Amino acid sequence: MLQYTIRRLISTIPVLIGISLLLFVMLRALPGDPALVLAGQMASPEDIELIRVQLGLNQPIHIQYAKFISRLAVLDLGRSARTQNPVLEEIWARLPNTFLLATTAITLACLIGIPAGIIAAVRPYTKIDYLVTSFSLFGISMPVFWLGLMLVVVFSVTLQILPAGGIGTWKHVVLPTVTLASFVVAFIARMTRSSMLEVLSQDYITTARSKGLMEKVVIIKHALRNALIPIITVVGLQFGSLLGGAVLTETVFAWPGMGRLIVDSILARDYPMIQGAILIFGLLYILVNLIVDLIYAWVDPRIHYD
Amino acid sequence: MSGDHLLSIRNLKVRFRVYEGVAAAVDGVDFFVEKGETLGLVGESGCGKSVTAMSILRLLASPPAELEGEIEFQGKNLLELPQDELRKIRGGAISMIFQEPMTSLNPLLTIGEQIAEAIVLHQGLSRQEAWDRAVEMLARVQIPSPEARAKDYPHKLSGGMRQRAMIAMALSCNPNLLLADEPTTALDVTIQAQIMDLMERLREEIGASIILITHNLGLIAEMARTVVVMYAGKVVEEAPVRELFSEPLHPYTQGLLGSVPVIGRKFKMEKKRLQEIPGIVPSIFEMPRGCRFHPRCHRMMDICRLEEPPMVEMGQRRRVLCWLWA
Ligand SMILES: Nc1ncnc2c1ncn2[C@@H]1O[C@H](COP(=O)(O)OP(=O)(O)OP(=O)(O)O)[C@@H](O)[C@H]1O
Ligand SMILES: [Mg+2]
Repeated sequence: MLQYTIRRLISTIPVLIGISLLLFVMLRALPGDPALVLAGQMASPEDIELIRVQLGLNQPIHIQYAKFISRLAVLDLGRSARTQNPVLEEIWARLPNTFLLATTAITLACLIGIPAGIIAAVRPYTKIDYLVTSFSLFGISMPVFWLGLMLVVVFSVTLQILPAGGIGTWKHVVLPTVTLASFVVAFIARMTRSSMLEVLSQDYITTARSKGLMEKVVIIKHALRNALIPIITVVGLQFGSLLGGAVLTETVFAWPGMGRLIVDSILARDYPMIQGAILIFGLLYILVNLIVDLIYAWVDPRIHYD
Repeated sequence: MSGDHLLSIRNLKVRFRVYEGVAAAVDGVDFFVEKGETLGLVGESGCGKSVTAMSILRLLASPPAELEGEIEFQGKNLLELPQDELRKIRGGAISMIFQEPMTSLNPLLTIGEQIAEAIVLHQGLSRQEAWDRAVEMLARVQIPSPEARAKDYPHKLSGGMRQRAMIAMALSCNPNLLLADEPTTALDVTIQAQIMDLMERLREEIGASIILITHNLGLIAEMARTVVVMYAGKVVEEAPVRELFSEPLHPYTQGLLGSVPVIGRKFKMEKKRLQEIPGIVPSIFEMPRGCRFHPRCHRMMDICRLEEPPMVEMGQRRRVLCWLWA
C-alpha cells in the first residue's frame, strides 16, 4: 500500500508537466496581450515593450516554457504580473480559505445527503422518496448566485443574524457553506439513493434479514458499506472541484478564495498567476483522487493495489 | 391438527402488484412439515417455490408483496407475528440457505463475523464466545483450518466452501426448520454430494426439519421423505417419496419425472433433473380457466377446461389436484 502510494505520487509528476504544457499553450492562444492589459490604455509603445521584456514575453514560447519548468523544479512559480507578489504567496493566502469552505460544504452535504439518500432508498417510490428526489432536482437546478443572494436577503438584511460577506468568524462561513452545499448535497443524495437501492436488492441483504438482524443493522452495517464506493467517488470528485474554488459563491459573499483569484488572473492575463494556481489545483485534485483510491481499498477488502 | 406438525401452511396466497397487473405468484398453497422430516418441494421454474419459502419468514420485500392465509409454526401464525418476534425466529428457530453462494454472503464482512452475528443475536453469547462458536461451526461443516477461514472475506473462498459457510451460518443457532432453496444447484456434482451429505448428517444431529427446494430428482429421492409438487402457484400433488416416483398421479408430475420409474436406482440419479414438459407455462397474469395445466395436459377432458379440479385425498399424505381422480 505504501509502495502503491509512492508510485502514485511519483506518477503525478508527468501529469503535472502535461497540465502545465497544455496550459502554457492554451494561455498564449488566448486573444489579448498581457503587456497591453498591464500597461493600460495610455502607455506608450516603449512602455509596453519594456513590460514585455520584463515578463519574458519577447522570447519564443519554448524558451518561455523551459524557463518556467526549470523554475518550477525549485518550486518557484514566479511573480504575479499584476501585483508583483510571489505567486506562491498569493495562492497561500487564498488556499486555506478555499480549503475551509470546501471542507465545511462537503461535510454539510454528506451529513444531509447521505441520510436523505438512505431514507429515500429504504422507502422507494413513497412520498418521502419523492420529497428527497425533488429536493435534489431543486438543489441541482437552482442557480448558486440566486440562492446566495436570497440567503443574504433573509439572514443578513432582514434577520441581521449573519454577515453578508467577508471572512473572519465562524458566522462568515455559514452562508457560503449552505450555498455551496445545496448543490453538492443533491449529487450526494442521488448517488446514495441509487447505490443503496441497488445494494438493497442483493442476495446478501436477504441473507442478513434471514438471520433476524434488526432492519437498521441490515441497512447500516450490511447495505451502506456496500453502497459506499460510488458515494465516496462522488464526494471525492465534488471535493476536488471545490478545491479549485467556487467563483460564484466567492463573488456573492466576497470570499477571498481560489476561484476568484483564478478568474481575476485570467481577466488580467496574469500568466504566472494562472499557471501557478491551475498547477496547484491540478496537484490537489490528483491528491484527492489518490486519497479516494486509498479509501476504496480500506472499505472493500476485494480491492488490492500492488 | 396433529402436534407433530412443525409447520403448517394454510391457503397461502402471495400477490405482487407490478406494472403489468397483479401477479398471483402463490395461489392457495397448503402443506405441512412434520418434525424431523425432509420435505421436497418441486416444480417447474416460476411455479412459486421460492416465493413460498420466502413467505415463511416474510422475506419478500413487504410492499409490493401481499401475503394472505396462515403459516403456523410452533403455535404461532408467522404471517401475523409482530416484527420483533418474527426477528427472533429468523435465523433462530427457522433459518435459510440460498441458491447462490457467490452472492448470498456479504463481500465486506468476514465469514466469521457473518456467522457470529447471528449467534450473538440468538444465543446471547458475547462477541468472543460467538466467534469461537462460529469457528467451531466452520469446523463442523469440514472447512479446513477454520480459525484462518473465519478471518477471510467471502471472495477468498470457493463456491463450495462458501456454501459450507452458509450452512454453518444457518445451523449455528440449532434451527428447528431449515429452508434450503436449491442449496447445491450452483455447485458442481461432486461438491453437491458432499454438501448434501453434510446437511443430512447435521440435520440428524440437531433433529431439524428441512424444506428442500430443488430441480434435482436424485436429491429428492435421496433426501426427502415427502414430496410436494407445485404448478403455477398451486400444489398439484403430494406423496411420500417412494409413491411419488413409483406411481405419480398427476399428468404434470408424470411429465416432470419423464415417466421413468426411478425407485430402486435412487443413488444413480444425481444428475437427473426434472424433465421438460411440452407447452408453455401460463403467464402469471393470465391463468387458464379450469385446471391450470389443461392446455399442456395429454389427458385433458372437457371438464378440465371449465372447472377448477378438486383436491382429491388418496391416502396418508397422498393427494392430487386433478379431475382424473375425482
Ligand atoms: N418480487 C417479485 N415481483 C413480481 N413477481 C415476482 C416477484 N418474485 C417472484 N415473482 C414471480 O412469482 C413467480 C414465482 O417465482 P418463484 O421465484 O417462486 O419461482 P420458483 O418456483 O422458485 O422458480 P425457480 O425454480 O426458477 O427458482 C414467478 O412468476 C416470478 O416471476
Ligand atoms: Mg426459486
